[in-house]
Amino acid sequence: MSTQVKRKKKRSKFLGTMINPTHFHRSQIKFLLIVLPFAILMLLPMIFIVSHAFKPFSELYAYPPKFFVRRPTLDSFRMLFRITSQAGVPLVRYLFNSLIQAVGVIFFTLFFGSLAAYSFSFLSYRGKKILFGANQIAIMFVAVAVAVPRYIVMNKLGLINNYFSLIIPLIAMPVGVFLLKQFMDQIPLELIDAAKIDGANNFQIYLRVVVPLVKPALATVAILSFQAAWNNTEASSLFVDDESLKTLAYYFSTMSLGSSALANQGISAAASLMMFLPNIVFFILVQNQVMNTMAYSGMK
Amino acid sequence: MATSIKANNKKKKKVSLNFLFALPYAVVFFTFVVLLIIISIGLSFFYYDTINIPHFVGLDNYVSLFTRDSDFLQYALPNTIKYALIVGLCGYLLSFIMAWVLAQLTHRIRTILAVILYSPSLTSAVMMTVVWRVLFSGDTRGYLNSLLINWGFISTPIQFLQGPGFIFGIMIFVGLWSSMSVGFLAMLSGILNINKELYEAAYIEGMKSRFQEIFYITIPSMKPQMLFGAVMSIVGTFNSAGLATTLSGSTPPPQYAGWLIVDHMNDYGFARYEMGYASAISVVLLLIVGIFYLVAKKLFTEKD
Repeated sequence: MSTQVKRKKKRSKFLGTMINPTHFHRSQIKFLLIVLPFAILMLLPMIFIVSHAFKPFSELYAYPPKFFVRRPTLDSFRMLFRITSQAGVPLVRYLFNSLIQAVGVIFFTLFFGSLAAYSFSFLSYRGKKILFGANQIAIMFVAVAVAVPRYIVMNKLGLINNYFSLIIPLIAMPVGVFLLKQFMDQIPLELIDAAKIDGANNFQIYLRVVVPLVKPALATVAILSFQAAWNNTEASSLFVDDESLKTLAYYFSTMSLGSSALANQGISAAASLMMFLPNIVFFILVQNQVMNTMAYSGMK
Repeated sequence: MATSIKANNKKKKKVSLNFLFALPYAVVFFTFVVLLIIISIGLSFFYYDTINIPHFVGLDNYVSLFTRDSDFLQYALPNTIKYALIVGLCGYLLSFIMAWVLAQLTHRIRTILAVILYSPSLTSAVMMTVVWRVLFSGDTRGYLNSLLINWGFISTPIQFLQGPGFIFGIMIFVGLWSSMSVGFLAMLSGILNINKELYEAAYIEGMKSRFQEIFYITIPSMKPQMLFGAVMSIVGTFNSAGLATTLSGSTPPPQYAGWLIVDHMNDYGFARYEMGYASAISVVLLLIVGIFYLVAKKLFTEKD
């Protein structure tokens, strides 16, 4: 009798602390208390950037330093837009180049990657296993480790000093192809067969059946490649000489590395905020799709 | 017979057309991943200064790397391994713990907290320099120094970024701060997608605590996601480089504090133009990454 009661008690305890609960329960408070300190620690530098970017000159160098802004102004942003590089390139030009690079990288990564993923999921051809296997290993490819040969290859290919120099080295994204392929594997084969019976060829199936069904994975790969492109400084510093073709990330990195960095704290903070905002806004917009895609991210 | 050959030919033709779907990706993948690794390995046996024709030197680059290059042996190699072990491993554990704890919360709170925890990984090291430089600034205007002086812990400001003592610690802090990346999201998603009946059954079978739950249900049910998370944290850890030089504002940083293999490679490749030597360094780095990968794979591959 007593064991039965005990068991019942245990069971109800279990139901009160389920994974992915639908309702708030006070038993969840302890978990909140574990995460909150970390969340605050993660958030503090971000808040600092925002606060610092809006500080007027007097508050930037106040002693003792104040963490939060008192009288926010847009002075730092105004100055950021007013200064141009020593080569006479206006900030807007760097921004434009960054956008071209980001859009180009996203487009080609998604297009090439989804075609390859489609072929891995639904088509058969010679060499598919080797290519997929190589891609699988390359997920752990650390791009910074081969900066030297990349520089040599870009030079030998003559991919220097144009927009393609900013885009092409960033297109190969093994993890993107992997995520797309995993997502495509969830599509029931009946759908593909039905399209085949209707007379669609492989490309039509890819475009009309598969692509619309893997939008979450496409969004995920889009944000991953956006992050890679938007923060990239290597392409601008090594593959482009022409100052008017360089990107915002590169320009800001030279600006914040210089000795004047501390003197220009406000401008640097405004620049950092400008780099960070598109990333976080983009992520918040697609975070649902990202979580959806990650459900199939398992590697075997 | 003739028709069967024809049919066979036709089939072959179709097969080769299918390859076209993978071709564009295969070309960029080969050029910017496979080829780069091949060149790294090949060039590591040569002396190449980008102007003269490379000449073969055998294992000389490796020999001097492991016998004569004291900056590599004393700083770059041990720092990289230490950094990877601490940031990679702790960052990974932290990601898993945070993911597991977040999974115990309701959807809305979880989403907000997950975005907050993930957001540091969206920043690039260079862009955050201004924050760390101001927070850890060596004069009394530095936020941390100002706080410590205010609270009476110290009387004179600490030179966090000028001396070698603190740079590595700050690097590890920054690395951990931004360690919750895609792998964290994958593990969170993995935990959320575990069949709830598994837990229920296990509790009826006599499982007693949530701690047991993690080891007997959660981790075994999401090994593939655990491996993906591990690979992502390895990649993220090794990709975050050059932090020491941006923090201290000098190359090399004071007494090579926080000097990593990647810094050493870039130094030889792009400052001294010794491409062969730099390639040998990058081969060593790739091997280290490979070892980390194999360990992770061994841990999380399901035996069948």
